[in-house]
Amino acid sequence: MAESTTSPSLTPARPVVQLRDVHKSYGVGLPNETEVLHGIALELQRGDFCALMGPSGSGKSTLLNIIGLLDRPTSGTVAISGVQTLGLDDGALTQLRGHNIGFVFQYHHLLTAFTALENVMMPALGNAGFPNAEMTARAAALLDRVGLTPWRDQLVGQLSGGQEQRVAVARALAMKPALLLADEPTGNLDTKSADAVFSLLREVNMS
Amino acid sequence: MNPVITPAPTGAPASRPLKPLKSWLPFEWIVAIRFLREGHVQTAFIVGGVAVGVAVIVFMSALMTGVQANMVSRTLTGQAHIQLTQTRETVRPLRDNVPGLREGAILQAPLQRVKSIDQWQGIVAQMQTVAGVAAVSPSVTGSAVVIRGNASRAVLLTGMDPERYYQIVPLPEKIVHGTANVTGTDILIGTELASDLGVSVGDKLRVTGASGVIATLTIIGIFDLGNTGANSRSTFMALRTAQSLMDLPGGVTTIDVTVRDVYAAETIARRIAGAARVQADSWITTNAQFFSAVSAQSMSNTSIRFFVGLSVAFGIASVLVVSVVQKSREIGILRAMGITRGQVMRVFLLQGGLLGLSGALVGSVIGALALTAWQKTILSADGTPMFALVFSFSLFGWTVTLATITGLLAAFAPARNAARLDPVVAING
Repeated sequence: MAESTTSPSLTPARPVVQLRDVHKSYGVGLPNETEVLHGIALELQRGDFCALMGPSGSGKSTLLNIIGLLDRPTSGTVAISGVQTLGLDDGALTQLRGHNIGFVFQYHHLLTAFTALENVMMPALGNAGFPNAEMTARAAALLDRVGLTPWRDQLVGQLSGGQEQRVAVARALAMKPALLLADEPTGNLDTKSADAVFSLLREVNMS
Repeated sequence: MNPVITPAPTGAPASRPLKPLKSWLPFEWIVAIRFLREGHVQTAFIVGGVAVGVAVIVFMSALMTGVQANMVSRTLTGQAHIQLTQTRETVRPLRDNVPGLREGAILQAPLQRVKSIDQWQGIVAQMQTVAGVAAVSPSVTGSAVVIRGNASRAVLLTGMDPERYYQIVPLPEKIVHGTANVTGTDILIGTELASDLGVSVGDKLRVTGASGVIATLTIIGIFDLGNTGANSRSTFMALRTAQSLMDLPGGVTTIDVTVRDVYAAETIARRIAGAARVQADSWITTNAQFFSAVSAQSMSNTSIRFFVGLSVAFGIASVLVVSVVQKSREIGILRAMGITRGQVMRVFLLQGGLLGLSGALVGSVIGALALTAWQKTILSADGTPMFALVFSFSLFGWTVTLATITGLLAAFAPARNAARLDPVVAING
């Protein structure tokens, strides 16, 4: 697995991501136990733009899931925005994830029953419990930023693949996360759309 | 901050925009309603299934309640709910339970003489204060012979105070000729007896009481109790007249009691028997077979309702199980964006409740329409509805509430499965 990091910002006191000696094995205790991550140490500061590269099966998605608090390491520690996650229960992890991490997946996994605007509002809506004007305005601004204002009231099923992925990026930014994780965000797009989405991620990182 | 991607030159495709999210609607309700709307065909089928089940329950419950009310009302129309009589006379050996003494005596059951209830005025006053009692009427009953020329018939005479007795047996409603206002030497007879004796209103009858007292009474009314036997044997007259005929001056043989809840008659009868030294028989014990038939009908009705409810629950559960599978990726991404397990669970519980509620509302309307159609098409020979169907709001209220609760319960297992989904597994499918 290759790793590249750029750090354009000043060194902050508290890293956004801090992994120490993270191991992850599947089938623990079984004869076919497989260790996928072998003592990963990683530290990312606010503003870092990091790409994980490696062949299929090398553990990229597994590492992203652990950083994203969707999965737990077999051993080692994970700290997000200075909060140690070892020992946190599911509720605390969910809260930490919701407030600090945004996800963009290869397949956008948008909620097809909702419009583009509502999909972008969804994280804030789930967090607040009720819709309000502030979250609507923020979602509209995010859609404007990704160039989808004319499509804001369309059901996401009526959008193209590239547009859907841009909605997914906007949704990932809804909670102003300290960390944006993208797992092969352009893997399902044509070259033009892929370039557009990548440029968008770059722009988000620079802002 | 400048947009990085320029909007497409062409506008968005024209389509009807969805209504904006209501600020008073919680997140879980918004997602649950949208999920149901999205799978509208699936939703329509299960709502239809629930509606059919609820319509069957509403229709059958109203029908059964109507049939039972009709049967009970017909049975009780000519009798009191509770009858108080003097306790039966018994004999007992005078030297019973003497240690070391064994008797070979044969005890002969005593004759049950016609006699008055002791202190009946006090008991009547006492009965009027018992909770659940609607009306109390003292009466004298006994056998007599009515004679008209060469014809004679054995009859059961009932002497009563019309004002009180008619609150218990609505005899005026049963009068087909004449009037029910008996006084002095008046008598009411049934249609069969009038036919047998060839008499009509205004004719006189000679009545000989069991005690041998003879009186000549004037027929002032002829009734039809809807039962041939009752119409040929029952006669009614003023209390004092019957007291004379039965040689019971100032006495009564029976105190008739009507209660507000007919099904509580047995409980009240037991309470009365414990409080006053009288024998109290409720209609439930005197019509035991009829009551057990009514109970059996209620049980079968309850069983059918239970199994229809169960099939509704399975229908809702199966649809939601499929929905959880269909939505597993969306559930995964919701979890990834910080939605808690509890919120996911509530989304699916609400879907179950909403399916139950909407199915129940539609089913109630269908049931009400079917009941109305039944009342208009199934008629008695005289063109009136066969019996009054019970359209109670409580029936609809309970049915809708139970269907909603059934939906919530049915949704529990799928909702729990949705909440337990591992986000990584769900997202990766």
